[in-house]
Amino acid sequence: MMTSVRPTPGTPRAYRFPQFEAHRLENGLRIIVAPVAKLPIVSLILLVDAGSTGEQIRLGGIATLTARALLEGTATMPGDVLTSRVESLGASLAADADWDVATVGMTVMSSRLREALALVGEVVRAPAFPTRDVERLKAERLAEILQLRAEPRGLADEMLGRFVYNDASRYAAPEHGSAASVSLLTRDEVARFYAERYRPGAATLVVAGDVTVDDAVSMAREAFGAWAGTTPPASTTTDLPARRSRAVHVVDKSDAPQSELRIGHVGVSREHPDFFPLTVMNAVLGGLFSSRINLNLREAHAYTYGAFSGFDWRRGAGPFIVSSAVRTDVTVGAATEVLAEIDRIRAEPITESELSLAADYLGGVFPIRYETVADIARALSAFVVYGLPIDYFDSYRSKIAAVTIDDVQRVAREQLRPEHLQIVVVGDSAQVRGPLEAMGFGPVTCYDAEGSILDGETQNVEK
Amino acid sequence: MAVRARHPMKIPIEQHRLANGLRVTLSEDHTAPIVAVNLWYHVGSANERAGRTGFAHLFEHMLFQGSAHVEANEHFELVQRAGGTLNGSTWLDRTNYFETLPSNQLELGLWLEADRMGALLPAMTQQKLDTQRDVVKNERRWSVDNQPYGTWWERLPALAYPSDHPFHHSLIGSMEDLTEASLDDVAQFFATYYTPDNAVLSIAGDFAAPEALVLAEKHFGTIAPGGNKPPLPSMELPPTFGAALREVVEDDVMLSRLFLACRIPPFGTEEHYVASVCAAILGMGKGSRLHRALVRERQISSEVNAFTYDLAKGADMLVVDATARPEVTSDALEASVNAELDIVHETGVTAEETARAIALIETGFVSAMQSAGERADRLSMFATYFGDASRINEEVDRYRAVTAARVTAFARARLGHVNRASLLYVPREAAESEIKAAGTGAEAL
Repeated sequence: MMTSVRPTPGTPRAYRFPQFEAHRLENGLRIIVAPVAKLPIVSLILLVDAGSTGEQIRLGGIATLTARALLEGTATMPGDVLTSRVESLGASLAADADWDVATVGMTVMSSRLREALALVGEVVRAPAFPTRDVERLKAERLAEILQLRAEPRGLADEMLGRFVYNDASRYAAPEHGSAASVSLLTRDEVARFYAERYRPGAATLVVAGDVTVDDAVSMAREAFGAWAGTTPPASTTTDLPARRSRAVHVVDKSDAPQSELRIGHVGVSREHPDFFPLTVMNAVLGGLFSSRINLNLREAHAYTYGAFSGFDWRRGAGPFIVSSAVRTDVTVGAATEVLAEIDRIRAEPITESELSLAADYLGGVFPIRYETVADIARALSAFVVYGLPIDYFDSYRSKIAAVTIDDVQRVAREQLRPEHLQIVVVGDSAQVRGPLEAMGFGPVTCYDAEGSILDGETQNVEK
Repeated sequence: MAVRARHPMKIPIEQHRLANGLRVTLSEDHTAPIVAVNLWYHVGSANERAGRTGFAHLFEHMLFQGSAHVEANEHFELVQRAGGTLNGSTWLDRTNYFETLPSNQLELGLWLEADRMGALLPAMTQQKLDTQRDVVKNERRWSVDNQPYGTWWERLPALAYPSDHPFHHSLIGSMEDLTEASLDDVAQFFATYYTPDNAVLSIAGDFAAPEALVLAEKHFGTIAPGGNKPPLPSMELPPTFGAALREVVEDDVMLSRLFLACRIPPFGTEEHYVASVCAAILGMGKGSRLHRALVRERQISSEVNAFTYDLAKGADMLVVDATARPEVTSDALEASVNAELDIVHETGVTAEETARAIALIETGFVSAMQSAGERADRLSMFATYFGDASRINEEVDRYRAVTAARVTAFARARLGHVNRASLLYVPREAAESEIKAAGTGAEAL
């Protein structure tokens, strides 16, 4: 018969994050190599301190356009030839910019690494930026922005940034640029941004997989040794909030069957000393399926398919966000429950059982997060971008285990600020506006999908 | 030309069958202290009876609501507390449940899966069913109804498979059918399909095969077999649609988008490997035909992909997915995709683009095989569909055996106009203004 006796775990086997070495080429390029010989495959990521945070707000999107345009050919190789050569190696080259860095990355069979890395070197050192292709990529980005107007999830994420951050912060506008700013970008601006920011001293090559440190460094020297230039200052942005009082922002999507709900405020930098307690606190609040917010909104109330919270980690203070998509007629109820959960984790200590669930989960999944060479390369990228301590990976689990109930309550009180929360609803304003106003969460303003205020009777928006 | 890489990998595989019919597939890999437990039940939306669309998926949700010795939602909590990840998913022809755990927690995963395979019904209540029904309705709103183009994955099979074919109807189901689902349906579906002889258990990662087999026997060995699974109606279909099929959908979208399906042989056949390579030639990566022609050169499209659906019975679909640039009409998008397919249909493909496609597929395969969960899932897949998990070790060779001549012959036979089903999304506003622009002709709409 079925056994009702729950199995007890065996003895855990030790795990250690792959060992890695850091080197620096004569031109200043850093190289981080983690040899992992499990399968004959390698992931590499070149990181350049050329993310959107370093853009002038007027030129929002230049970092993204520059990174994407790297793949459109070099001084000696047209873009289509470059693509064919890379893909004939069984590799796909991806280039993009996020808030903090620009990245050029690929995964390739280790037998083809030398050739692949040589192509990456050429792309990064000598991009041609053909006008026609830069204009095409710009048009593709504008098409992406247009698509978002009909895509409630992405639109809600983007609108949260806008309503949380002060206009002086780059974080107030979309990561890859807005329609207004992208429209102004030119091939010459791309060339200028590249010349200013793409320097070996502002770059790190991360290599993880089936390769030795010596081979990786020598291949990197062949590929990047001729790259020259002085190092520019590191990029920063302000992370000032838009306002210090609660407000509700309804972005109208007529007849939408669900409201995409985002509730958030300015969070903290990835470099904040309370990273570990914050991570545990969030796991209890809304980071997992078994967290309070999901069990409340999904399993107790059936308002939604899922509800989660998280800190969007960046070098600057990215937002803290609670996200869910809820049935239109329970929009107010769902927001009320989220606010109640935020109040509760500040007001009362979490239980021992909640602490152990969060800590055991975070400690236990640690090895599962690094099963692939791409995962390892991404983890090492975070190590580089956020300047994490050298023992970060080896001490991760003990630092998670050291977090106490008091720590969780302390960081919940310090870093969750109910009065500062901005409530963003992308949904049917005709149905949700009245109930939201009646709830008194804060002043309610309605917008269209492009973010223009919809009617004249809005309250004053304090900035 | 690229240098041919050495053969990337063969993984160790053991295959067993318990007395009650449960197939057990084991693959050891001790590089990290991680183990994946994966169960495939050979049941999906294709097995639903009339008036119960969406039930297979709703049932999957019920499997997380507890069993004889596990409370509601405790399955999630126990796995997460153990430091593991988990989920389940429903597809047209199978449902899977899986967890990846620290390797010392293997028995927990087996016990949880066995408890719900052997003793689900004592935990089922009307209230749990009502809650999960609402959760699934929310899932439908989220992934289908409130998502641009979200209906494509129910409309395209509906267009490409005849109305009496098991792959025709919606996997997520209609709101009406979800409302009708009862606890009796749960009991009946469980007794019919959730039996050891209709399942495959795969374990991959850091464990010892002999011990795992003993544990599998201990936890699953006493579960009674089923044997009452009704046969599916015939899935066989003619090799092509026989005529161009077309559906136009006006939707809340900003850009036109075309999903074009060609009927192809089922997943797992030699011919299907050729079809997969053809799809990669057409739409995998920036060097693919469609990307070069439509995105880079002609700037008709902002994004294009091609892939196979991978259905293992009757007939599968090769799908081209192309999104128009804002200034491009839906007609121009459709004509351009068709023109590119015509070229491949009429003149075939080159050895160079075949090699590029195979190289990309091979890297993707090896990349996926790094994760214990992926390995276990594919072992279950091959065991479920073909009765032989060791086919996983032949995948790379089967792809490498595909030649340009075979892809050309495939394109000749399968990419013609009589084998294209076009699902075209058109922005509602554009559709309205085009109707207006068509003049005051009284017959509009």
